[in-house]
Order: sequence, then structure tokens, then C-alpha cells
Amino acid sequence: MILNILSWASVLEAVFFLFPALVAVIYGEQVLWIYLFCAFLCAALGLLLRLLRPRENTMYAKEGFFAVALCWILFSALGAVPFVLTKEIPNYVNALFETVSGFTTTGASILSRVEDLSHASLFWRSFTHWVGGMGILVFILAILPGKGNGSNVHLMRAESPGYSVSKLVPKIRQTALILYAIYFGMTLAEILLLIICKMPVFDAITLSLGTAGTGGFGVRSDSIASYTALQQNIITVFMILFGVNFNFYYLMIIRKFRSAFGISEVKVYLVIIVAAIALITWDINALFPSLGDALHHAAFQVGSIITTTGFATTDFNLWPSFSKTILVVLMFIGACAGSTGGGIKVSRIMLLVKGIKNELAVSAHPRSVRKVKMDGHSLSPEIIRSVNSYFALYIIIFAFSLLIVSLNEMDLTTNFTAVAATLNNIGPGLAVVGPTGNFADFSVVSKLVLIFDMLAGRLELLPILMLFIPPSWKR
Amino acid sequence: MKIIIVGCGKVGSTLAAQLSEEGNDIVIIDQREERVRNLSNEYDIMGVVGSGSSHGVQEEAGIESADLLIAVTGSDELNLLCCLIAKKAGNCHTIARVRSPEYNQEARFIQEELGLAMVINPELAASAEIARLLRFPSAIKVETFAKGRIELLQFRIGPHSVLHNMQVSKITSTLRCDVLICAVTRGDQVVIPDGNFTLQEYDIVSFVASPKKASQFFRKIRVQTNQVKDALIVGGSTTTYYLAKQLLAMGIGVKIVERDRNRCEVLSDSLPEANIVCGDGTEQHLLREEGLEQVDSFVALTDVDEENILLSLYVSDLFPNIKTIAKVNSVTFNRIIEKLNLDRIVDPKSITAEYIVRYVRAMKNSIGSNVETLYRLVNNKMEALEFNIRENAPVLNTPLENLHLRKNLLIACIIRNRKLIMPRGQDQIILGDKVVVVTTNTGLNDISDILAEHRGE
Repeated sequence: MILNILSWASVLEAVFFLFPALVAVIYGEQVLWIYLFCAFLCAALGLLLRLLRPRENTMYAKEGFFAVALCWILFSALGAVPFVLTKEIPNYVNALFETVSGFTTTGASILSRVEDLSHASLFWRSFTHWVGGMGILVFILAILPGKGNGSNVHLMRAESPGYSVSKLVPKIRQTALILYAIYFGMTLAEILLLIICKMPVFDAITLSLGTAGTGGFGVRSDSIASYTALQQNIITVFMILFGVNFNFYYLMIIRKFRSAFGISEVKVYLVIIVAAIALITWDINALFPSLGDALHHAAFQVGSIITTTGFATTDFNLWPSFSKTILVVLMFIGACAGSTGGGIKVSRIMLLVKGIKNELAVSAHPRSVRKVKMDGHSLSPEIIRSVNSYFALYIIIFAFSLLIVSLNEMDLTTNFTAVAATLNNIGPGLAVVGPTGNFADFSVVSKLVLIFDMLAGRLELLPILMLFIPPSWKR
Repeated sequence: MKIIIVGCGKVGSTLAAQLSEEGNDIVIIDQREERVRNLSNEYDIMGVVGSGSSHGVQEEAGIESADLLIAVTGSDELNLLCCLIAKKAGNCHTIARVRSPEYNQEARFIQEELGLAMVINPELAASAEIARLLRFPSAIKVETFAKGRIELLQFRIGPHSVLHNMQVSKITSTLRCDVLICAVTRGDQVVIPDGNFTLQEYDIVSFVASPKKASQFFRKIRVQTNQVKDALIVGGSTTTYYLAKQLLAMGIGVKIVERDRNRCEVLSDSLPEANIVCGDGTEQHLLREEGLEQVDSFVALTDVDEENILLSLYVSDLFPNIKTIAKVNSVTFNRIIEKLNLDRIVDPKSITAEYIVRYVRAMKNSIGSNVETLYRLVNNKMEALEFNIRENAPVLNTPLENLHLRKNLLIACIIRNRKLIMPRGQDQIILGDKVVVVTTNTGLNDISDILAEHRGE
């Protein structure tokens, strides 16, 4: 069954390679043949995997985790091939870093001058964001022919962000289709708006793909800085929109406005954004000519960081320490569950806070009985437990990654924010890896660790981690 | 179709599994979070945790757009309330499980006045099944098609039967009897046999025939076919009450052995014609004293599954001629139970689920599917379906031998103008026919589904 999923994944990637090939045709670039060759390679691999008939067709929770983890690794490994073949990123580890950064919607780059890339490769970079944002397997689930086995829900659960993934409608396939329809519609809206605001078509498309996936690869070295303020504001709004739980949009579409606005996670998310913008505006006001300017840049950076997109309109490395710290905190909070963003997720933070509050109350009144509630439902202790262990795991992975990365002898800010930016799928950090810098100077080992962090962050730790625990390979 | 199922007990989960397999959108509601979680992990369905009778919960489950609500919680009143609220909130069809005998007498009133599409009583359904089996003792299972003109019967080939080592193709010529063997169960494998298949002792054979032909066939293979004269029932549960009532109406003598004196008195009060004995049915001495040798059927209906199985085993061991039926509530160990030499096991919950699935199929029929009747046999491994042939069916006017049928599928018979045709290769299906198909592929919806798909599946 896992093989079956993997074969579908490689066929899918073959289809995806056709898009940059198309771009190459439009711009008359030589890399066309390389992308076509890669598409052929993936298709062949997919068919080869298909020949190995699966013995068992049932997908249990564990198979779900494995399939998702392997699928992402395979997707990234294949996706890196064209960068090497075009000699744009000759080193495979660097190419892999770039691709993983794309699919996990991180947006961390090892390139110093992206303008050197061909249009096809630039498009491919941004396209990986779009695919990775909603999820490869969700896409496969949406298009996979035949009756959906109920246990496919394990696939979706392993791939989608959030502590509890629920379906929108009873059939998993329909759920996947609805999610992609919303996703596609919003992306299209952004592309159109940007084109209306006179952005070049190619830039509008690639930036929209990057925003939708909350990725952060731009097509210029200075990220978004050289576009007009209006265009930047459009991107700000869409970044924040893509960081909202997609259940919200579904409820809006089926006209259940009251339940839509009742989602407390969305409310908290918006409150955090507004508060962060206000604080940063106040802090950086002196750096900019007017309050409006400060507000504009603060809003963009906050939206970019909390949704883990990672675009930048200005080098926030030069901002005062207080603002930088706020941004780092936002990095960890991340977007809403059920969105395309990364990070720990607002709802998890809410549950952590509520759990702590309960714990305090119980310590003071040992006999009191309390249940943690969210959106009017009381949550079972298992959910609290899973959130707590997620958090613990998160910190452990973070600490170990930081330890290994620090072997590079760079300063603590760089190391700390590099790990934070990759584990939370943001992209740029501070200091060396800030908005104007890149990840090229890290050693191979550090890059591999960061690659691991990006995948672990995107897949919510467990699936990737399970791959590295030998006892879980056995039935 | 969009179906909401309230209650995830045995019946609810069986229904959820079968109905979602058939492509319906299923939402389950139950107050036990763990049940909901497990079930929605296993099948492609959505779960809502909460009370099914709450309007808010029903709304969350999407009652406005639902076509059907099935209430199968443990409580009659809750089920009825769920249906009432659903009716008002979503204007959908509703099915309730109502098992208490008090309500059962008013079932018609309840169904009509409360606007329910179906009221199902598991005990009543089980007793109807048992009564049908006793009317036809040699078969383990009887299902009817085309309003009773065709019967699908299952029986187990006894030791030293003439059928032992006989090829399927030879049956018609040797016995001079026109029946169609459509499935054979051996061990836990179900085979749709071709002509060269050789039958063996202890195979369970399903065949299709008209009732007359069926009794002819049973006579030829020397199996008794007459309805039983009397029945000994151990255990005085509600099922016993329903069963005794039906048997008495059919002129079958009934003797009930029940442990509890008060219950005996209640039964004697409501079933004056039955013979009620107060005593422990597991005492061999008592059974003999009450004339076990003379009866020709034995039904074990106590509340304990194991007791029922052991009792039936004991009886069929001592008196192989007595037809034994055991009620089993949880059939988790199906495979093992089937290996035992029991004539028939009746499971009220699967019967309930089967009845409801049949209703849903019929309801779907009015929307688009062409299945008139559906039976699930041999633990759902096999289905027998009756299709109406409408215009534009892809199988029209083609000799059957030229149809490219799916694997493991058999056209068992064609009913044309109330006449039964045992299909041969040259026969054709024409407009207005009813066709009975037996298959091990489940989930067929239309007659066109019997054709192998072009993708070469």
C-alpha cells in the first residue's frame, strides 16, 4: 500500500514537472529538455513501483505515517534533480535543501542571487511551495480513482497540520477536493489582484504560489522589497488569509457564518497579529519617515512571519531588538491549524495555555475537577496529552538541531534563528540567515539537519521521527 | 445518499460499514467519543460526538441535507425522539429501532403518526427468521425473489449424500431436476462454481429454484422438506414470545423451557396455547423428560451465547434428525462457530442491519440504482441481487454467452412475464425482465455493473 502511494506520488511529480517545462517553452529556455527528462524519469519510476503489486491494501495509522514521510522524502529527492542537471545548483545537498525548503513551504534558500536562475527553475521553486502547502497526499487523495478506503484518513491526518484533523464532509475524497478548490480559488484571486495592480504576470504567479503555500521563495534577491506598496499590501492580506484555518472558509461557503466566526483559534490568531503589528510599529517608528510606512512594514513582516511565509519587504535584521524578539516569538507560534502555515500552531498554544491554567488551578485546589474546553467542546485528556508531548518533542528536536548546527561556529543568533526558521517552515531568520542573507555557508551536516527540521516541522514531527525509530518498522 | 446513524453499537457500526462501502455519505453520532473515533478511523465516514436527540448535534451532523436518519441506540425512547427531531429539523426519512413489546403492538400507530419510514424490532426480525427456517427445515437459509416466485436456498450437504463427489454439471442430468447451484461455501471460502466443480460432504450449497422445483430437488437428494410439527424452545426471552406466537399461528406446537417462574407466568399468560415448563434448560435430564426425542426442532434462545451453542451441539449430537437453531448475539468468532455442526445460527443484530440495508437499497432504487432486492449471504461475502431491467441497459438483447461478465459473478435466473427462465448461453435479457445475479463482488448498483469494465479490471 505504501508502495502504491509512492508510485502515485512519482507519477504526480512527473505531471508537476510539466508545468516548469511549459514555462520554459514560453520563455524559450534550454532547460525545457531537462524538465521533460525529469518528468519522464519520475513517470518511469512511478510505473516501476506500480509493477510491485502491493500485498496488503489496508492502511493502519502506522502505515499512514510511513507513507506520508516516505512520500515527502521521495518527492523532495526527485524534485531536486532538475536543479542539479541544469547546473544552477550543482551540489546535490544544496539542491535537496532548496527543494525540501520549497515543498515544506519554508522558503530558506542557499542561493545568493536568484535572478541567475532560469524562469522555469524559478517557477518550479515557487510551485513546490504551492504543492507542499496543502499537501501532496491530500492532492493524491483528491484525485486518486476508486472508492476511498476509510483508513485513508490516516494519510490526511499524518500530513495536515493541527492536533485534531477532522473531515469537512463524510467522504475523504470530497474533503480533499473542497480543500483544494478553496486553495486554488484563493490563489487565483491573488494572482488576478496582483496583475490588476500592474505586477508582471510571471512575478504575480510565482509570488502568489509562494504566498498560498506560505512558502517564501521570491524571484528577486531582495524578496518583495522592490515591489510597490500596494502590491506588498495585497500580499500581506493574502499571507494572513492563507494562515487561517481552512474550516473557516468552508463554513463561510456553506453559509454558516456564526460557526465560522465562532472558531476561537481564528480570533486569537487575528488578535495576536494586531497586537504584534501595533507593538512593532511603535518600536520601529523612528526608523521610517512616517507612521504609515512603519505600519506598512510592520504589518508585512508580522504577516509574513506568523504565517511562516518568510517574505520580507525590508531587512528586519536592522530593527531594534524588541521588534526582532517579537518576530522570533511569532515564528514559534505559527499559523492556525488546518491552514498552509507552519509553526507550533495557534490552537496548540491555546491548549498549552489552557492546560497550564488548569494545572495551576488544580494545584491550588487539589479536589477541583476541571475540563479543558475549546469552542464549547470539552477536550479529552488524550488531546491535552498529545499537545503536551508534541511540545516536549518539539523542544528536544530543537535543542539537538541547535547543538549540531552550532558546530559551524557561527553566532548564537544565527544558529538559533536558523533552526527556528527551518523547524517552523519560515525561511529567513536573523543575522547571517536574515532576509538578505542565505543558508549557503552552513556545512553539509548542518544542512542535512536543517533539511530534517524542515520535513519534521512540515509533517508535525511524528511521521518523520517514526522513520528514524527502528522498532516502529516492525509490525 | 447522505445518511446519519445515531448510535454506534453493534448494529450502528455494521450499518456504517456496509452503507459507506456502498458509496453513501455516512455521519455517525454517539456520545462515546472513543467509539466514534475508532469507527471513523476504520471507515470513510465522519463522526460527531454528542447526543443524537439534540438538535444542535444533529445540525452539526448536517441534518438539513441528509436523506435518512437511522436511530439505533440502546433506548427506544431516545431512538424515537431522534427521529422526531430529525423529521422536524431536516425533513428526511427516519428509521428507528424499537424493541420493547409494548411499543411493538403499537408499531403501526407509531410509524404512521410519528412519520417514521421504518420501525425495526431486532427480536421480532430474528424470530421471523427462525420461523421461516422452521417452515423449511432442510435449508439453512431461505430468501425469496420476485415476490416469492423464486427462492434462494442454502443447505449443507450431509454425510453420505448423493451429492458427495458429484460435478455441478451432472446434477441436472443425474437427478433430472432443474436447479442452479450458484455458490458453494467450503471452509471460509466462497466459490461461484462452474460445471466442473465437484461438490463434497459438508459444503454449504446455495441454489436458486422455484419453490416447487426446490422441494422436488430436496426429495431427490433425500432431505426432508416438510415444515416441522413441533418445537422445543429453551429460554423465555422476548424473542421466544414473538417466535412462539408465529409458530402457533402456523400450527406448530411449542414447548418453552424457562428458568424464571415469574417469566413463565407472564409467558403462559400471553401465550395460552403454548406449553410452558419452568426449569433449567441446561439439565439434560429435564430436556429428556420434556420429550426431546419426539420433537423435530430445537431452538436455543437463552441470553447466554455459549449456552445456546452448547445446547444445540448437544442436541444435534444426540439426535441428528432434530433441526437445531441457536441465537448468538455476538458473532466475533464466526469462523469457529461455522465449523461446528450447527444447523443455523441466528444473530438478531446482523438481521436488523440487513433489514435496514435492504431498505436503504430500496430507497436508493427510487433515486437511481436498479436493485430491487438484495441479500447478503455467507457473512456478507456473497450477494444475491435482483435487478429491474430498464431501457438502455447495456446487456439488452445480447446472448448471455456473448456478454463479457465480471469474474465471480453468475446470472442465476431471469424472470420474464412472471415466468422463470433458468438462463442458458443462448438466452437474452430483454426489456422489463427481472434478473437475479449472484456475486462475490459487493456494492453493485446497476445491471451494467455486472459487465467487466473495459479497463480490464
